[in-house]
Parts: sequence; C-alpha cells; structure tokens
Amino acid sequence: MALLDVQDLSIDIAGIKPLDAIGFTVDKGETLGIVGESGSGKSLTALSIMGLLPLIGGRVERGTIAFDGMELTRLPEPDYRRLRGRRIAFITQNPMTSLDPVIRVGEQIDQVARLHLGLSGSAARRHSIEIMERLRIPEAATTWHNYPHQLSGGMKQRIVIAMALAANPDLIIADEPTTALDVTIQAQIVQILGELVREKGVALILITHDMGVVAQACDRVVVLYAGRVAESNTVSAIFASPRHPYTQALIGCIPRNAMERGSLVGIPGLVPSVARYPAGCRFHPRCTRSESLCEREVPVLERLASGAEIACHVADKREASHA
Amino acid sequence: MPSLAPLVTIRDLNKVFESRKGLFGEPRRMTAVNQVSLDIPRGQVTGVVGESGCGKSTLARLVLRLLEATSGSISFDGVDLLKQSHGAMRLLRRRMQMVFQDPYSSLDPRYTIADALLEPFQVQGIRLARAEARQKVEALLAMVGLDARFAQNHPHQLSGGQRQRIGIARALALEPDLMVLDEPTASLDVSIQAQIVTLLEKLKHELGLTYLFISHDLNLVRYFSDRIVVMYLGRIVEILPDAKAAPRHPYTQTLLDSTFAPDPTQRRDISKLTGEIPSPYNLPQGCAFAARCRHARPDCLSRRPELETRSDDHAVACFHPLTQP
Ligand SMILES: Nc1ncnc2c1ncn2[C@@H]1O[C@H](COP(=O)(O)OP(=O)(O)OP(=O)(O)O)[C@@H](O)[C@H]1O
Ligand SMILES: Nc1ncnc2c1ncn2[C@@H]1O[C@H](COP(=O)(O)OP(=O)(O)OP(=O)(O)O)[C@@H](O)[C@H]1O
Ligand code: SF4
Ligand code: SF4
Ligand SMILES: [Mg+2]
Ligand SMILES: [Mg+2]
Repeated sequence: MALLDVQDLSIDIAGIKPLDAIGFTVDKGETLGIVGESGSGKSLTALSIMGLLPLIGGRVERGTIAFDGMELTRLPEPDYRRLRGRRIAFITQNPMTSLDPVIRVGEQIDQVARLHLGLSGSAARRHSIEIMERLRIPEAATTWHNYPHQLSGGMKQRIVIAMALAANPDLIIADEPTTALDVTIQAQIVQILGELVREKGVALILITHDMGVVAQACDRVVVLYAGRVAESNTVSAIFASPRHPYTQALIGCIPRNAMERGSLVGIPGLVPSVARYPAGCRFHPRCTRSESLCEREVPVLERLASGAEIACHVADKREASHA
Repeated sequence: MPSLAPLVTIRDLNKVFESRKGLFGEPRRMTAVNQVSLDIPRGQVTGVVGESGCGKSTLARLVLRLLEATSGSISFDGVDLLKQSHGAMRLLRRRMQMVFQDPYSSLDPRYTIADALLEPFQVQGIRLARAEARQKVEALLAMVGLDARFAQNHPHQLSGGQRQRIGIARALALEPDLMVLDEPTASLDVSIQAQIVTLLEKLKHELGLTYLFISHDLNLVRYFSDRIVVMYLGRIVEILPDAKAAPRHPYTQTLLDSTFAPDPTQRRDISKLTGEIPSPYNLPQGCAFAARCRHARPDCLSRRPELETRSDDHAVACFHPLTQP
C-alpha cells in the first residue's frame, strides 16, 4: 500500500472548481514530481493534502486522500493538527512565510522538535544542530543564533527544510522549494532533498514548473493541466516517450543542450483561467491534434498495464509487452 | 560578419555604488560592475549569464547610459557614449533600446497600448499625423504577433506574455540597432517563454538587430546566443566564443553542473557543489571564486586573475583554467 494515495480529488472554492479528479500515489523512499504551468493546480493539490483548504474558503468536494491507511478528507481538525508538521511536512516557495522574523532560526527548529517529538530544551538543540549540519549549513552552532534577516535566501530555505525535518516526517511536500534561488543553491537543495529520500526513506512530493529539476530529482511525474491530470508515468518514460500532446508540447518548450537555434516550439495560446475552462478536453484550444470529440467530451484518465495514466482521446495508448 | 567593427565596444567599465547599512551606519562601497571590457558584434546575440547580484542589470543600464558609469568607456558605432551631451544622448537612444524583465511594471496602467507604443515617438519629439500613428501602432502590433484590436486595451487586460510582446514592440518603435534584453522571459511560463524567444529570433533576422541578451538560465542562453559572457560578482570571468564551447573557468563549470537538462538520462553529479556567493561588500583580495573553487591553489588567494583572451577568442580569468578532454 502506498504511503499516500489520492483518488478522484475534486475541490470547491466558493463555487469555483480548480481541481477535477486528481489522483496519484507516493511510496516511501520515492520522489513524485507534480508539474504544470502556472495556474494548473499544483499548490492547491498540496493545500488539499495538508488539510488547509478551509483557510482559503475551500473544501474537498469529492474523492479520497489516504495517508498511511488514514482517510484525511474526514479527519477532524485536531487530529489533522497532530499530523501536520509531525508526519507530513510542508515546504513553501517563500521561506519568509514559514519563518518568524523575530525568533532565532535555531530556536524555530527547536520548537518543532519540542512540540512534536517532546524533546527537552537541550536535546532539542542538539537535534536541531545535527539536522543543520546534515543540511550542510556552515558553522551550524553559530548560525543557530542568527535571525532570519541575517541569512541569505538559500540559507533561509535550508532552515525551513530543517524545520520540516525536525519532527522526522514520513512525507515532505515541497512546493517550488528552489524557484526563488540561484541555480547553484537550487542544485544543493535538490541534492539535500534527494539524500533524505534515499537515506531516510522519506516520501517526497516535489512541486515545480522546472522540467530540469524533475528530470534530475524525480522517480515519477504527474503532469497537470488546468486542474486535471494529463499524464502520469515514470520520469524516464515521461521524457523519453511522452504520450499526451500537452506533455509533448511542454517538453518541446525547454531549450536543451545541443538544440539548434530555431527549433524551440512554444505552445500557442494561454493557460485558461478557472472561470473559463473550456468544455471537453481543457487543452483542446491549444492542442495541435485536437479532434471534434475533444471539444465535447472530457477524456477520462486511463490506467495502462504499466501503471502509466493518460487522459487523451487521441494519444497512443498501446504499450510494448515488456513495459 | 567578423570583418565589421563591433557595434559596441566597452573598455574598463566600472560602477561603484555607495550605500549605508541602516540610517546611521557606515557608508559602504561596492563595485557592481568591475573592469568590464567587452565587444558586442553587429548582428549577433551576445548572451550574459550569472547569478543574482552579479551585475547583469547594472551592465545593461550602463550600456544604454540609463545609469552613469563611475569610470571607463563605451563606444557605440564609433561614438564615445559617455562624452555625449543629454541632447545628443537622446538622439542616440533611438538606436538602442531595452526590454525589461517585468512586463507588469514596465507599462503604465493608465495608458492604452496604443499610447504606450507611441510614447517613444513623443519622447523623441517626433510628431505623427493621426493616420500615420494608427498605422505605426498596427504595424508594431503585427510585428510582435498581436491583433490590432489590442491597441485600445489597457495593460491589465493583457496576459504576461502579451505584455512582454508590447514591451518588445515599444522597443522596436524607433527602429533601433541594439536591443538590450534584460531577462525578458524570467517571469513567464515556459510555453510563453518559447513563444517570446521564437519571436525575438524572427525579429533579429528580419530587422538585422544586435542583441545583448541577459539571463540567469544557462540552458536558455546557450540556446539563444552566439557568444556567452559569464559574470561573477561584477566581473567577467569567462567569454565563451560559441554556445557549445566547453567551459574553462571553474565557475562556469559550476553553473553548468547546477543547470539540469530536461533529460533524466543526463542527471548531473551535484554532490560536490558547495558554498554561496560571498558578500559583494567585502571581497577577498585574490580570486573572488576561490572560497568555492575546487581547483584553487595558494596563488589564487593572493592575486586576482585578469581576463585573458586566447587565440581562439575564448577569454578566461583564472590562473588554473580547466582543460577539457
Ligand atoms: N483562493 C483561491 N480562490 C479561487 N481560485 C484560486 C484560489 N487559489 C488558486 N486559485 C485558482 O486555482 C488555480 C490553480 O491555482 P494553484 O495556485 O494551485 O496553481 P499552481 O499550479 O500552483 O500555479 P503556480 O505555478 O503559479 O504556483 C488557478 O487558476 C488559480 O487562479
Ligand atoms: N542603485 C543601487 N544602489 C546600490 N546598490 C545597487 C544598486 N543597483 C544595484 N545594486 C547592487 O549591485 C549589485 C548588482 O546588481 P544587479 O541588479 O546589476 O544584479 P543582476 O545580476 O542583475 O541580478 P539579478 O539576477 O538578481 O537581476 C547587487 O549587489 C545590487 O544589490
Ligand atoms: S484529448 Fe484531444 S485536445 Fe485533448 S490533448 Fe488529446 S488530442 Fe489534444
Ligand atoms: S583563479 Fe584559482 S580560485 Fe579562481 S577560479 Fe581559477 S583556479 Fe579557481
Ligand atoms: Mg503554486
Ligand atoms: Mg537583473
């Protein structure tokens, strides 16, 4: 059984339906990438799992979110609170939203360990410094005493990761954890997250719009478009033989090594806003392979023998028998 | 066209900023652009890449003299830019234009798109008859692939990609020779970035433009540029003669190692990457990259390597450049 199993998840925010029948699973020791352009529903998927939709006036309308056998969509808030930060950690794009500007960064990590693991003051401090060292924060014992504003963006993001790790979570959801950072720092953070998955068996959901990060760090990928799953597959299959026209187009947008100038193809048109989701396949106004059926009927997400999933009326769904 | 003189020749350019830490703090000086010498060849794309704060935008603004240099020289088509009067400079600006990163803040929300596209003519004191103005607006919109009906819209009615097209159209209004593109796609989705980059390629061919193309995305710069300038803490550390040249400066190699290809069969070994950019306010006296450099030797700590051009047009500022297989 997968650690996290999301099925048929649809949400409602004041009458708007930004997510429609989202589904995926994540295992221990596995990194799942969730990709898609701005507005595709990546952050709302994370908020749904964290049980934070009520904060923005939203709710789960349909579907299930099973975590380690527990059904989260029906979990009372006090139980959810014990889960959040303890077994499921959330890392957001902007470290400042998770850090208190007037408390020393080390103290903020200690607080997590005291609250969730019940460690005493000195044990919590030792625990924090150990985590900071594992994240290669230089002079961890000194940095413990710094306030957030005294640290660089990359270092602040490492403190946020340290807070996420302090309670030894089973699942980490990282929403664009490196988007605001320089590439050399991004690479270090990607490396650190990868080590956690490999060495501690943490399950990681890595939300990003950067297909390079996905290719580097993920085992499996869910591609979202306009609030629906377009395709999900292993990372190697997604890049080597994308089946869904949107996945193909998305990969065609990224400049690659040794690519001839002039060979970049964009996707015509724009991502639609929630209020104007087209009927049928939501990608059809931008799709080069669209047929009349696509304008009328929503393509269902089909599960193939290999475990790959795809929602398209036209895409080739045959699989080689060894797949 | 290597026989032609470069459109822009920059020599020993410096920009020093002074600031105070806090209201009563000590004044601090930092050199955002440090001894930069660079040629921008006609009809080519010169790419500039480097991490946040390395001085890319400062260099861009110095080249257009939107910012006054502390010292050094810039020659634009043989004219010594830094010696021009304000009036002469205004005329020269017709020939050099900038596209900014943020399509949201570079357009005034109160004006229509037509107003925005006609503003460069007003600034230059060029009067257009009404019919002529309408023709110009329509031609500029067509050039960047937008329907003429956008003319009467306001910026908030446009998407980020459409606004960036307007930014480009406005820069094209006065038919410039040089376009300085400062991260023109950094705030856009990849699908829109690809549209804009393709548009810029087409315009360059049709209009014979010269680009200074700034980005922190090495993959994008390698795709789009003829030559690549790599900056670190205000200095040029390497100039790659073509986009596929193998790096010789350890910092360029670090940038390359940190840049992931959209291909899981080409995963990079990033286990050895360490360190952060030091504060620009107190730089070490030796090589600024020494603290993060795996190839550093004792001499790197005491002296600063100068940018040296090799016979093959490849310039490197490093005492122990990498030798690629
Ligand atoms: N509180 C809200 N109320 C109504 N609609 C919302 C709300 N939050 C997000 N949306 C809409 O839901 C859609 C999905 O938003 P979400 O933030 O999940 O996108 P995302 O994939 O994370 O995008 P980005 O890459 O820009 O972060 C968007 O169209 C957005 O406008
Ligand atoms: N007006 C100013 N006053 C003081 N310091 C400045 C000023 N403008 C820029 N700087 C400093 O000069 C350095 C270079 O800034 P610049 O904006 O040129 O960097 P950049 O390479 O464009 O970075 P980014 O990738 O973040 O856009 C930075 O350390 C910046 O803080
Ligand atoms: S269902 Fe039709 S419109 Fe949608 S992606 Fe497939 S071919 Fe394109
Ligand atoms: S000069 Fe020395 S420290 Fe600087 S990049 Fe070259 S080898 Fe590294
Ligand atoms: Mg988001
Ligand atoms: Mg800049």
